[in-house]
Amino acid sequence: MKPSAQFPANRRHARRKLLASAAALPLLPAFALAQSEPDVEVAAFKAFLAGRKAGTGRLTLDIPRIADNGNVVPVRIALSGPFAAGGEVRSIHLFSEKNPVPQMAVFHFPQAVARVEIESRVRLAGTQRVAAVATMADGSLHAATADIIVTVSACIDGS
Amino acid sequence: MAEARIQVPPQVRRGEAFEVKILIRHAMETGYRLTDEGKPIARNVIRLITCRYNGVEVFRAEPSSGIAANPLFTFFVSARESGELQFEWQDDSGARNSERASITVAG
Repeated sequence: MKPSAQFPANRRHARRKLLASAAALPLLPAFALAQSEPDVEVAAFKAFLAGRKAGTGRLTLDIPRIADNGNVVPVRIALSGPFAAGGEVRSIHLFSEKNPVPQMAVFHFPQAVARVEIESRVRLAGTQRVAAVATMADGSLHAATADIIVTVSACIDGS
Repeated sequence: MAEARIQVPPQVRRGEAFEVKILIRHAMETGYRLTDEGKPIARNVIRLITCRYNGVEVFRAEPSSGIAANPLFTFFVSARESGELQFEWQDDSGARNSERASITVAG
């Protein structure tokens, strides 16, 4: 087969671009640690945001750092006020990075409430990142993410 | 099945947000498990839980298989007047259940 001159050139170009982005990578974790913006590694969370900006600091997502049993992991989500007119919470979505069903739950608040705090227990298929996002009546968003190490994953393989 | 435990404070003050806790006995079958014979067990999770306060919906949860068996939810409701909290939930099999809790508002 006659080697194509164009194809390898394209490949080299792609590789160069890849290298360039890899070189930029070490800068990113610093931003992630600073929590200036919730990272969008959780695909379902990213899809939900669809490019919209979400505020941080008001929404709290509490999960254990380490869970021995992925079948029952306590979760607490709290949104701090004030909830002025138009700023009431409408819904809170809870996403998993690795679960076969990434949207673990959605909570709706049809009526304004002075205190927004939810507790539940989730299943997690392995060590991962969990994300929560609150949608306010005015359309603004507040998000939080948390990482968890799961020693025994919730079973998804039928075992 | 069919059973739920609900916890609300015995008395709350008007305007205050009070905590509501509901624990439902349900396997929350994920649909990923197999029987001993290797047959898949159909998914059967509670897909909707609603809480109405004297007829007005104040909270709604849409869980998936990502919520643990015997699902537990706690949330807050603003106290308006004495009355009743009505809970309803349904699962993938179509089973529907409901439970009530009375609430006394003082002041």
